[in-house]
Amino acid sequence: MSSAAPAAMFALRAVARRARLPSSRPLARSISSSASRRSDALFVHRDTPYNNPKIPFEFTPENLKRAQEIISHYPPQYKKAAVIPLLDLGQRQNKGWTSISVMNYVAKLLEMPPMRVYEVATFYTMFNREPIGEHFVQVCTTTPCMLRGAYEILDTVCGHLGGIKPGETTKDGKFTVIEVECQGACSNAPMMVVGDDFYEDLTAETTRKVLDAFKKGEKPKPGPQSGRHTSENSAGLTALTEKPYGPGEHCTPEFA
Amino acid sequence: MLRHPSAAAQISRPFRAKLRRGFATVQDTPVRRYGGLKDQDRIFTNAYCRHDHGIKGAMSRGDWHKTKDILLKGDSWIIQTIKDSGLRGRGGAGFPSGLKWSFMNKPGWEKDPRPRYLVVNADEGEPGTCKDREIMRGDPHKLVEGCLVAGRAMNANAAYIYIRGEFYQEASHVQQAINEAYKAGFLGKDACGTGYSFDVYLHRGAGAYICGEETALIESLEGKQGKPRLKPPFPADVGLFGCPTTVANVETVAVAPTICRRGAPWFASFGRPRNQGTKLYCISGHVNNPCVVEEEMSIPLKDLIEKHCGGVRGGWDNLLGIVPGGSSVPVLPIDKCSEVLMDYDSLKDAQSGLGTGAVIVMDKSTDIVKAIARFSHFYKHESCGQCTPCREGTTWMMNIMDRFVEGRGHQREIDMLLELTKQVEGRTICALGDAAAWPIQGLMRHFRPEVERRIAEFRKEHGTVLFGGRLKSQTDPTLSLPDNLGANLPEVPPPSA
Repeated sequence: MSSAAPAAMFALRAVARRARLPSSRPLARSISSSASRRSDALFVHRDTPYNNPKIPFEFTPENLKRAQEIISHYPPQYKKAAVIPLLDLGQRQNKGWTSISVMNYVAKLLEMPPMRVYEVATFYTMFNREPIGEHFVQVCTTTPCMLRGAYEILDTVCGHLGGIKPGETTKDGKFTVIEVECQGACSNAPMMVVGDDFYEDLTAETTRKVLDAFKKGEKPKPGPQSGRHTSENSAGLTALTEKPYGPGEHCTPEFA
Repeated sequence: MLRHPSAAAQISRPFRAKLRRGFATVQDTPVRRYGGLKDQDRIFTNAYCRHDHGIKGAMSRGDWHKTKDILLKGDSWIIQTIKDSGLRGRGGAGFPSGLKWSFMNKPGWEKDPRPRYLVVNADEGEPGTCKDREIMRGDPHKLVEGCLVAGRAMNANAAYIYIRGEFYQEASHVQQAINEAYKAGFLGKDACGTGYSFDVYLHRGAGAYICGEETALIESLEGKQGKPRLKPPFPADVGLFGCPTTVANVETVAVAPTICRRGAPWFASFGRPRNQGTKLYCISGHVNNPCVVEEEMSIPLKDLIEKHCGGVRGGWDNLLGIVPGGSSVPVLPIDKCSEVLMDYDSLKDAQSGLGTGAVIVMDKSTDIVKAIARFSHFYKHESCGQCTPCREGTTWMMNIMDRFVEGRGHQREIDMLLELTKQVEGRTICALGDAAAWPIQGLMRHFRPEVERRIAEFRKEHGTVLFGGRLKSQTDPTLSLPDNLGANLPEVPPPSA
């Protein structure tokens, strides 16, 4: 007994000690206790084979003409005001995304420091700094759309495109899906944007129909998919039923 | 007491009886019901794009009719007309437009050699708002003509229309209207044959809600990040490209020519005093038929929904709450919704605001906490990051609201959150901080019991929740826990229980 008892007591104590300590927590505490917070968008550029300053970019002659026209809208000493329209033009020419070369080229064209262009390109959400698919699908999920089932639409889109997550591109490179904030078509919620066009009044079924049409290479008709014309009352007009009044009608005698 | 008899003595006999009438027998003046605007009084006659939006269609609907005569009346006549009409800015703040435009014509403005600009704010990004879109795609000529008339009123040389980048179709309609107007000689040198030189340019943005703030919009138009400027100097002194500038909403600008043609008294005859005119309302959310409609100001909210949107889904009694003016105004519960009028003053009295006239309806199936938490996500995403209270505060508000959706919080954290919103409100350069704070304050003002219930339920199921959302059961009992984490606080029972 004298030899077995201490051993049993030690074993018991060890079990008790183990039970007291939560096993999930490591004994040693790290120096930093909170995880470093990442911004939702990466604001740094890292050279990659597809995105580095050595890749040449220049406007096509046609776009250059448009760029000159845009620059002429602003006072000559404020050429840099054209940076957003020109980046947009460059993004359109560069398959829908703004590479570092596009930014550098715009900076050169507008005679402004490249950093000022990078600042703008990282601030505005419509500039994609990573390549996107052929069709850029943006599903609005802000509250007015959410109330009418935008998350179902988002799930439908993601599911229908092979189970991708928002922010991802399909394997064939045809579709990129992202979740966006209010697009300003709230009376036609829920809605999504494909490329430049709004597809409104969506249901899961019409969403799939729109996506299928794009898959086939067609372009479905933008606007409400419910048969509504624009944003009128779908049960019948409650306003603007009469013929619009003509010039001078109802005006003061002076302007009649 | 002395004044009354003498005053009555001066009035001739037949009127005396009227004055002396006792209060009890006087018939009340008939209550005026607002709403029920007729088509002939609607300004945006092509809001639904059922007619041609081009110049031919626009002119057949009365646009560009005798614009020359309006311009020849001169700046002070136009400004006086707008003042008399009682038009208030339609972008949300509701500042009297005539007064705002008159800031451009300070004494001695002629001696200032700088060019002067009108900037039209078409960066419609407030969740719930989709009114300017209908103007720009259906009636773009009203906007272009409005630029000319408003520009003349403030003696501007050019107008920039800053349209949000997402509105591609709308931008192309406006650009088409501008091109047509130039071709017809309505714009450019010698606009409408008056000798007045005026240019209109379209500028597309690239997706930033903050650019709807006037100084941020100016920054963005100058090709910089859209970060609001500190005021003063106000844009009317130093604005776009360092020149005098006025920023106005699309709707405000687009109604100006019609007001000039039909007269200020006509426009002022709609709505209550100080809230006159007609307004485009956009109704979204849980109504049977969401729509955009032009109605009289001061229309009761209930009438607006029942008349134009086929009522709330499942009947009026199924209503939970309404956000009456876009995401940045506080939500109203059903009892308030049934009595408020849709104008600046009535909604302000109800501790909300007209904002942009974007009505977001929520029925009883709505998870109201989640709906407001989604707004917090929006503001976190759209904060420009310039002012610390807003940049950090919006993130905190979002995190706390996200926890409240499932009730993972401490009862005391509700007041902490409210305190946080108060700390953000009014401590930032622009109003985005306020806008992020108000929906949460509105939620807690009217739906606090719901949040408290969730917290109590979560606590019942999972035990004590520390400040910041950690469960007490997940803490390490071998380590001491600071007292300020709320682990050992007695849970305050909700006052409703």
